[in-house]
Amino acid sequence: MQVPVEGFMYPNEVELQWSVLIVLYPFLTGLVAGAFILASLERVFQVQAVKPTYRLALLTALAFLLVAPLPLQLHLGHPERSFEMYLTPHGSSAMAMFGFVYLWYLLAVLVLEIWLDYRYDIVVLSQTTTGWRRLLYRILTLGSTNISPRALHIDERAGWLITVIGIPSAFLLHGYVGFIFGSVKANPWWSSPLMPVVFLFSAMVSGIAVVMLLYMLLTTMRREPIDMCCVDTVAKYLFYTFIIDFSLEMLDLIHRIYEADESFRSLDFMVHTKLYFSHIVVQILLGTVTPIILLAITQVAKLNDLVRKRIYAVAGCLTLVGIFAMRWNVVIGGQLFSKSFLGYTTYKMGFVTREGLLMAIMLTILPFIFLWILVKLLPPWPEKTLFAKAASAP
Amino acid sequence: MTMTRRQLLILLPAAAVAWDSILASTPEASPNYNMAEHWWAMLIDITKCIGCGSCVRACQLENHVPDGYYRTWVERYHIQDWEMEYPKVDSPEGGKNGFPAAKEAGGKNFFVPKLCNHCADSPCTQVCPVGATFISPDGVVLIDQKYCLGCRYCVQACPYGCRFINPQTKTANKCTLCYHRITKGLTTACCEVCPTGARQLANLKNPNDPIHEFLRTHSVQVLKPQMATHSKCFYYGLDGSVR
Repeated sequence: MQVPVEGFMYPNEVELQWSVLIVLYPFLTGLVAGAFILASLERVFQVQAVKPTYRLALLTALAFLLVAPLPLQLHLGHPERSFEMYLTPHGSSAMAMFGFVYLWYLLAVLVLEIWLDYRYDIVVLSQTTTGWRRLLYRILTLGSTNISPRALHIDERAGWLITVIGIPSAFLLHGYVGFIFGSVKANPWWSSPLMPVVFLFSAMVSGIAVVMLLYMLLTTMRREPIDMCCVDTVAKYLFYTFIIDFSLEMLDLIHRIYEADESFRSLDFMVHTKLYFSHIVVQILLGTVTPIILLAITQVAKLNDLVRKRIYAVAGCLTLVGIFAMRWNVVIGGQLFSKSFLGYTTYKMGFVTREGLLMAIMLTILPFIFLWILVKLLPPWPEKTLFAKAASAP
Repeated sequence: MTMTRRQLLILLPAAAVAWDSILASTPEASPNYNMAEHWWAMLIDITKCIGCGSCVRACQLENHVPDGYYRTWVERYHIQDWEMEYPKVDSPEGGKNGFPAAKEAGGKNFFVPKLCNHCADSPCTQVCPVGATFISPDGVVLIDQKYCLGCRYCVQACPYGCRFINPQTKTANKCTLCYHRITKGLTTACCEVCPTGARQLANLKNPNDPIHEFLRTHSVQVLKPQMATHSKCFYYGLDGSVR
């Protein structure tokens, strides 16, 4: 396939190395980290208003975390060797730490926290259901069927401790993804100490947005009333986080423009041509400025519930589009220009290929399928929490 | 020490596995080659390069480099007067078949052969998640093809664009400084065929290597010194416009 090139590229640079799947990877892990941090608000910081989203946020984080390594696996030239990262990790490689950070976060934080939080429900369900569900729930109890008040109190304390450990872990999970890019000194588009921080805040923005949208969507589908106090609080956090995220991105941009180092001319040309639509139009105007303005309106104006819900839905969707565009611009944008700063290449995305658009769409849908299964098995709805039911029983 | 048949049976498979890994980390048999006596580098004299592309062809033949990928290539620079920040550069097929006549009149034209710089602090080695890319004790950056995941992080990390993913093996690939040749006392394929001697393989640990005299008496430069990779490709006559 002939790739259009402008100017001069080093001969081995013409072909892009990291495809849309590598765009998807930080997007998915960002949703995980963001969703978990939202969940931790309730658990650690005692923000009771967001309680209705607590379990949903945890399950969302798990569903996305299960899918996060798949784009990486599909991208590797030799996926069968990927286990070597666990066996013989290279200490100086940021990428080598992925496996450990991922496993730590998946097993030591997320799964454990979900299990502790749901343990009462699982035990009750293992006694009240029949057939394969009974068997499944019995396995999920891991033999721990003590649901005395004292045992549940221990669960609660352990869960709190895990969340406390989980917050820096979530920061680590996504901050390190930013570091993978930010530490590549050969690439001036990536190389920035701000990159991990920008990735982290953009992760929080996307994670909060996706949980807010899922909560509103699923609650509407269940024909239950949306807890507006909860959604207002989540939207407020989204707004504040977005402001920080946008400020960091603008700081990076202004710094680059003002400093105007040897790469600036090349990067500036790229932003005004090949990346104009995805960066200026989609990421900044549509995906950042517009949702910030929409969310700001809800903060200052007295609007009725229906209007607020609609604004939140639009702002949430635009936020996700904007954050995806940000990942796209980082990953793909960082490979469109030559390291000689003398030329530009083009990204040609396949459709039905191993790293093509169809695969990316499937990997985007897959976490929602996982989430659907998780929600069916472990209902996250506050009013259906078995523990809550038992507690309110006369 | 006595050993029972049972102990021997337990030890044999372990020894077999260990022997495999000993063999795997041993370079191709070169009886008279001592790694500790070498620290390989290359000297490139830009004033001598005529852009014939012999080096590129020789490298592709010697190392079975797939079409469209380059372990070494030659760039032609054209600089009109003082605008050295905006040179015009071309490298049709990596300069494999030489270059067409220059279109621009005036100014200066020169050729710059490029290859892996075998950096002493190589960013590609730093980022490899499994250590498949490594620096050999004699200073050559090599890739264990049986270990590389094909994650492409090293390709991104190389500031000089020297790496690529071999479409056949799906692993990272680049100049090995013809390691299979230099450990047998030969020079690299590119140096061997260069008609003007623009490329010279050098052993920095050999006090009698002519490179020492050359480095002492000439102005030499490395590519992108700001990257601080401790490149071991030394260029004589390198123009400031070269990237």
